[in-house]
Parts: sequence; C-alpha cells; structure tokens
Amino acid sequence: MTTEILGVIITYALTLLLAWPLGKYIARVFKGERTWSDFMAPIERLFYKLSGINPKEEMNWKQHLKALLTINLVWFVYAFFALLFQDKLPLNPDGNPGQTPDLAFNTAISFVVNCNLQHYSGESGVTYFTQLFVLEFLHFVSAATGIASLIVVLKALKDKTTSKLGNFWDFFVKTITRILLPLAIVIAIILAFNGTPASYKGKDSYVSLQGDTVNVSRGPAAGMIAIKHLGTNGGGWFGANSAHPLENPNYITYITEMVAQVVLPIAMIFALGFFINRKKFAYVVFGVMTLGLLCLVIPTIITEIHGSPAIAHMGIAQPTGAMEGKEVRFGPAGSAYWSIVTTIISTGSVNAMHDSTMPLSGLMQMLGMMVNSFYGGCGVGFLNYYIYIVIAVFISGLMVGRTPEFMGHKLEAREIKIAALITLLSPFMILAGTALSSFILAHHPGADWAVKPSAWLNNPGYHGFSEMLYEYTSSNANNGSGFEGLGDNNIFWNVSTGFILILGRFLPIIGPVAIAGLMANKKFIPAAAGTLKTDSLTFGVMTFAVIIIINALSYFPALALGPIAEYFSMH
Amino acid sequence: MKRYIFPAVRLTLVLIVVLAGLFPLFIAAVAKMAPGKGDGVTVMHKGKVVGYANIGQKFTEDKYCWSRPSAVDYNAAGSAGSNKGPSNPDYLKTVQERIDTFLAHNPGVNKEDIPAELVTASGSGLDPDLSPAAVEIQIPRIAKARGMAPERIKALVKEHTKGPLLGLLGPSKVNVLQLNIALDDMQQ
Repeated sequence: MTTEILGVIITYALTLLLAWPLGKYIARVFKGERTWSDFMAPIERLFYKLSGINPKEEMNWKQHLKALLTINLVWFVYAFFALLFQDKLPLNPDGNPGQTPDLAFNTAISFVVNCNLQHYSGESGVTYFTQLFVLEFLHFVSAATGIASLIVVLKALKDKTTSKLGNFWDFFVKTITRILLPLAIVIAIILAFNGTPASYKGKDSYVSLQGDTVNVSRGPAAGMIAIKHLGTNGGGWFGANSAHPLENPNYITYITEMVAQVVLPIAMIFALGFFINRKKFAYVVFGVMTLGLLCLVIPTIITEIHGSPAIAHMGIAQPTGAMEGKEVRFGPAGSAYWSIVTTIISTGSVNAMHDSTMPLSGLMQMLGMMVNSFYGGCGVGFLNYYIYIVIAVFISGLMVGRTPEFMGHKLEAREIKIAALITLLSPFMILAGTALSSFILAHHPGADWAVKPSAWLNNPGYHGFSEMLYEYTSSNANNGSGFEGLGDNNIFWNVSTGFILILGRFLPIIGPVAIAGLMANKKFIPAAAGTLKTDSLTFGVMTFAVIIIINALSYFPALALGPIAEYFSMH
Repeated sequence: MKRYIFPAVRLTLVLIVVLAGLFPLFIAAVAKMAPGKGDGVTVMHKGKVVGYANIGQKFTEDKYCWSRPSAVDYNAAGSAGSNKGPSNPDYLKTVQERIDTFLAHNPGVNKEDIPAELVTASGSGLDPDLSPAAVEIQIPRIAKARGMAPERIKALVKEHTKGPLLGLLGPSKVNVLQLNIALDDMQQ
C-alpha cells in the first residue's frame, strides 16, 4: 500500500520537475528566441513552402479563428470519408469492416475536437490505416490546435494595444515540430522497449498452456499511445485503452504515460508566466488548479483503497482495495490517481474502468470534467480557466464598484456576455442531453436503433443514470472517457454526442480568443493603486470560489440523482 | 475562408505524410531493437509459443494457478472490463458465485482470506498478474493437484514475485503464465 501511494507522489513530483523546464522552453519557442530545436527551422520552412503559407503574415483574432476553423473542417471531411470506407483502403490486416455513417460521424468529430470518445473498439472497429492516418494524425493536430489558440490569447495578453496576434499556421506548425513530435518520439520508444507493439503485423494466434486457441490483436501502437497522452487526446489503440497490458505493460509505462498526459497542461501554465512575463500570476493559477486536483484526487484514492462496501459485506478481503475493473500492476491508488488526472485534463484515457469505480470516485471524475480547467486539456485548459477569470474579475469589480479591468484592459459588456454564454453552455448541453436521453429511455424503450434504448444501460438504478450523465459530461468536456457500459454505438448517441462535441470544443475556443482579441484592441490602462491585483492570493481564492459556485449550482441536482444517490444507497 | 482553404488542405497533406507515415515507420524501425522486435514479447515453452509475456491467460484446471475473472474470457482479439457498477445486484450475484466456486475448489480456505481480485474482473480482461496474496491462497490446491510439497511451490512463488519498481513504487505482482510454466517445468 505504501509503495502504491509513493508511486503516485513520485509520479506527480516527476511531472512537475519536467514541466518547469518544458514551460520555459515553450515560452522561448513562441517568443521566437533561440532554442536547441532550431535545427527544425529548415523543415518548417519546407512545410510552409509546400503549403503556400507565409508564416510572417500577422493575423488578427478573427483571421486566426477563420484559419483554425477552416483546417478543422478539412480534417473532419477527410476523417469521415476515410472511416466510412476504411475496409476498401490498404493496411487492414485483420479485415475489419467500414464504419456506419453515424459512427464515422461521431468518430471523426470526436478525434478532430481532441475528445476521442470511442463508440467502437480499437481491435475491430478501425484498421491500421485509419488508426494511423486518421486517428493518430488527428491526435497531433487537434492538440496543436488547442495550444496554438492558447498562444493567440497569450499574445493578446502580452502586448499593450495591438490587433496583430502572430500567425496561426506558425504557432500550429511549431507546436508540432518543436513540442509534440520530439516528445512523442521519446515516449514511443520508451513504450516500445517495455513491450508495447510497434510493428505493422496483424493478429497473432497461439495455443495457450491449457490448450485454448487464443488470438492476440497487435499493431503499430506505440506511437499512437505516446501522442494520445501528450496531446491530452486519450483515444487508445486497444478497446481497453491504457488498461490493456500491451498498451500499458508495467509500472514504468504507467509513470511514463501518466507524466506524458499532464506534463504539457502544467508546462503551459508555467509557459504563460514566462511568455507574458507575469510569473506571479502563473503561480496563482497553478496554485488554484493544483488545489482543485488535490480536492478531487485525495477522496478518490481514499475511497478506492477502502474498497467496495458491497464486496466487504460478502466477507471478502480487500487488502489492496476495490479491484473490479482494475489491473493488479497499477492497483487502486495508481488507478484512482489516473482516473482524476485523465478527467481534469481532458485526456480521457483510462487504466481502469471508471464505470466500476465507487460512486464517490465517479462523482469526482465527473466534477473534474465539469470544471474542465484544473490544468485542463492541451492549451484549452487555460482558455477555460480564462473564462472563469473574466467572471471573477467582473464579480470583483461589482463588489468594489469599479469598472473591471484585466491585464490593463477594460472588461466591458461584450466580453462579459461572451464569457457568460460560454459558462452557461456547458450545463445546458450536459443537462439537456441527459434529460433527453432519460426521456427516450423512459418513453421509447423499444426504438428501432442498433442498440435499443432498453438495452443502453449496463447497470440499473442510479448508476444507470450516471452512465448517461457521464457520457454527456465527457462529450462536452471533450474528455473521451466513459462509463463504458453504456451501449452508445447507435444513431442516437453517435449524433447527439457528436453535436455536443463540436459545440463543446469550438465555442470555448472562439469565446476566449474573441475576448482576448477584443481586449487587446482597447487602450492600455497602466496599473494604479485601485487596480484589482489578479496575481494575488485573494484573487486566486476568488477564482476558486467562482469555479465552485458556478459548477455546484449547475450540476448538484443531476449529481444528486446519480453518484450521490448511489453512494447513500450503498452505505 | 477561401483564403485559408488551400493552405489548410496542403498543410494537412504534408502533415499526414510526416505524422502518420514517417513517424510510426521510424518508431517501428527503432522497435526492431526492442525485446520482441516490436511484435509483442512472446513466451516459449518446449519450443512452442504458449503466450505473450504481458497478456493473461485463462487457467481453470486445479493444477494451475488461476488468473482473475475476465469479461472477455481472455480472448485477446478484443479487450474490455465488465463495466459493472459497484451497486449492481446482478453483478454482486456473479461475485458471490465466484466466491462459491473458489471455495468449492479450495477447501480449507477461509472466505475472509480471499483477496478481492480473485473474484472481480480486471479492466482489460487480460490482466497477466496477481498479487502475491492471491497466489499464496491457491498453493494448497495446486500442491494437492500436482502431488507436490507446498513448500516447493511457495519457494517458486517467491522466486516469481516481482516487487515494486526500484523497491519503492507501485504494487508487487506475480505473472501467472510464467509461474504456471515454472510449475509444469518443476514437475518433470
């Protein structure tokens, strides 16, 4: 037990140790200062030349968004058709079929928006071609989209008054060549040397010691697993994701994948401090986010180590804790830590099945996704947090009766309206989605879909409700993990979550970029004695309070019907 | 929009070649030097491949150390957990049945000594490991089925127990397939 807890602590410590220099490095890259990776410059120039891009062309915030949305649309169209016709494309050694249109729609969106909700199983639902040329490709570029949009916002925060916010293609390409690709190569090699397959060979077959004939799915998985974590994507090669013993073979790969998924979100916060030259502000943001992590992770670890009360009631020993859905090599503490990290940062890869975790752990996982900015996804984590900051600045301004200001710019009606809209969007989509699915389940249980509504839920009662609530929460947060018992590969879930995925991705990018762009256009007001200090501890507490109040008010009733009710029914 | 569509398409094509074509090829080439050459690490016994080092197998005979219950019956063509919630009454009934089966095959074992992992399904359905406690509780049965002294098996289990990483990090575990191969070898 002690070694399990120590494993978690060391893993987190190692993450911080790496995030610090990485943050410094990221800031240097985007400031255009000299770094060790400058040898990539000729390759980047080649990319620009082949693509007809002038990386020096300055864009305003609207042009940034246009470029971003255009290329995302291109990816969606490409991914949709490739998945639909994957059976006719090469690199399909296992002979897997093409996806149905609704599944291809859901999968294409899900990977374009960095969510990776997977309504299929990697072994049978996709081919090596689509795994690599669609899904792994999207792992890289969707993460780079998030980071590039954060850099746009940071540019806007950095300069006093400007409409020139750099070049989107430049930020996007550099994110890949300078950050994601080099790190992915290192991580993929670590994984490959620990037993993760990396070759293009298809399924293998052998006769087991006891005489059973067994098939084993394989494939070039190591690279995809590396970038699925680095880019906070989470879409795994195999159906069981990082619980699969080939996807995550031992404790070394556990630490590697764990560090890989949260190192960039943390590094981006440090990078922010270096980039806009307000280190204290970054520390306060980091402090609030870490406090949020601790509030979620400590109860989860305690709950999982304590084990299941229902199993305890049967008179079974739970020396390690709750083991349903968990792997022996990670144990309940390591799995609990993973389940919270993966939900707060929008990765959504799992090393244990969340559906089988205790009710309180499920509650914490959902809260992590509802807040969606304790570190948060690659780049977009801070964008979500930025919205909370705007609200906190606004409320603080009202309290002292001054026009609210942030980083030397007035925060006026238009910006507040955008922020309020984004804040209200999440509860609306999650709750309306869950209500709709509950309604259909109750009133049209026999609807003629690939999975009938009466067969959707893998568990009865409160837990069944949690399965639906979790699915929409995960879609809106672009997380991608699931209470996977849900029978979600049918037109209802594929389409409804598909639309929530799009809105839950692009509006929270458009909103902050627009606010930052609009504010950067305004006159700069130097800080005076009466200016709200956004880098103070008090303001950190204020932001934390805003996060708690907004989310508690929005979600408490729904959570009370799901995990909270299940908790009380078991105790 | 029109201004951005051509650069977007062209950049997409360039990146597909690099990220989906060259990157995995490079990793596959490097992995040739890794154990298993990037195909997955296999385990040989008597000149035959009998499994993968990291993938669990089904063991139901009394002479073998049993693996954990599996939602996919250890068919590694797929992978999945049970996804049963902790309060699901059907699930709890299944667990009770597993307890009864275990007690029937392991007379003399106290119910309160059975570690939970032996009656609960793993996350992947392919868990290759057990904790040392979950192996030890099976030793009397294995010894009886094989007509071996329990002490010899105990020593073998100890030999096959992998402690935490660097002695500090993570749980201890025993690879069930490798233990069972060693058991077969020992009896000859």
